[in-house]
Amino acid sequence: MADTTVEQVLQRPYEPSLFGTYSKKIGMWLFLLSDSLTFGALLFAYTYGRISNPDWPTPFGSHSIVNATVMTGFLLTSSLTMVMAVSAASFNNRKGAIGWLLATMFCGTMFVVLHVREWLGLISEGMTPMKNPWGAPQFGGTFFTLTGLHMAHVTIGVIYLGIIAIRTGSKYFKPEDVEVSGLYWHFVDLVWMFIFPMVYLMSTKIT
Amino acid sequence: MASEDAVIAQVEEAHRHHSKTQFYIVWIALLVLTGVEVMLAYQRLPPVRMLSFLMVLSIVKAALIIAWFMHMKYEIPRMRRIIMIAGVVCLCLMCIFFPDAYRILRMGAQ
Repeated sequence: MADTTVEQVLQRPYEPSLFGTYSKKIGMWLFLLSDSLTFGALLFAYTYGRISNPDWPTPFGSHSIVNATVMTGFLLTSSLTMVMAVSAASFNNRKGAIGWLLATMFCGTMFVVLHVREWLGLISEGMTPMKNPWGAPQFGGTFFTLTGLHMAHVTIGVIYLGIIAIRTGSKYFKPEDVEVSGLYWHFVDLVWMFIFPMVYLMSTKIT
Repeated sequence: MASEDAVIAQVEEAHRHHSKTQFYIVWIALLVLTGVEVMLAYQRLPPVRMLSFLMVLSIVKAALIIAWFMHMKYEIPRMRRIIMIAGVVCLCLMCIFFPDAYRILRMGAQ
């Protein structure tokens, strides 16, 4: 649809995309590629530390693992509701799309709330980015950087979806905007599929 | 150009007309795989072996999300190949640091 707009401005035949899709989606995919490298570097740094430090802390007891598993459940469910929003928008079902977008925002908000609760628990046990009471000091720095960046992405995603939901109810509604925001949201979910096992499950406290 | 327009139209239709049941199946598969990961975490496995198992499961989950939820399987082959090859190659290049982590481990770092 964006290509059609360009064609109208140019007033002459417009060459279609090489990738068989509209430019907004290609732009989002390129952004996600660059963002995956950022998260990839942080995940590799964390895993490097985990492998090379025999005294890497394992502070996550069953309570933390249950909390992180519920967080994962919320994020996976939010991906399902997001894909339903994209589907509803593609059929111009605005009411359905807004409902699914709000459900996605709810799941995202629950994820952030549970994550903040997890952080506060760790901080109260004496963990900071510089030190922790359990072992290798790098643990705190890598943990807070990695999960903090992800939490920032989820928070931005919830705001982004809110804006898209408002636009879906207005005259500015475009189905492809819902699809592009969906790509961002699924990427946030995708990254967590690596953070959850690498950070939490690899540092489980087994008693 | 007409054939290119037809390709875009076909891609758009493929994005719209797919069964919602597929999405529920993928969602359940992701939840089950997450459960398997949590069970694995409580097995007393060496870290490197545990990491290998978890990485395989994470890659399967990532593939499900990209293919179905991000609709990559409905894109044209050119788009699929360029995006996926670029992402995978760049991420794999970072693996060059892992042998160094094993070296430090073998040195018996405390």
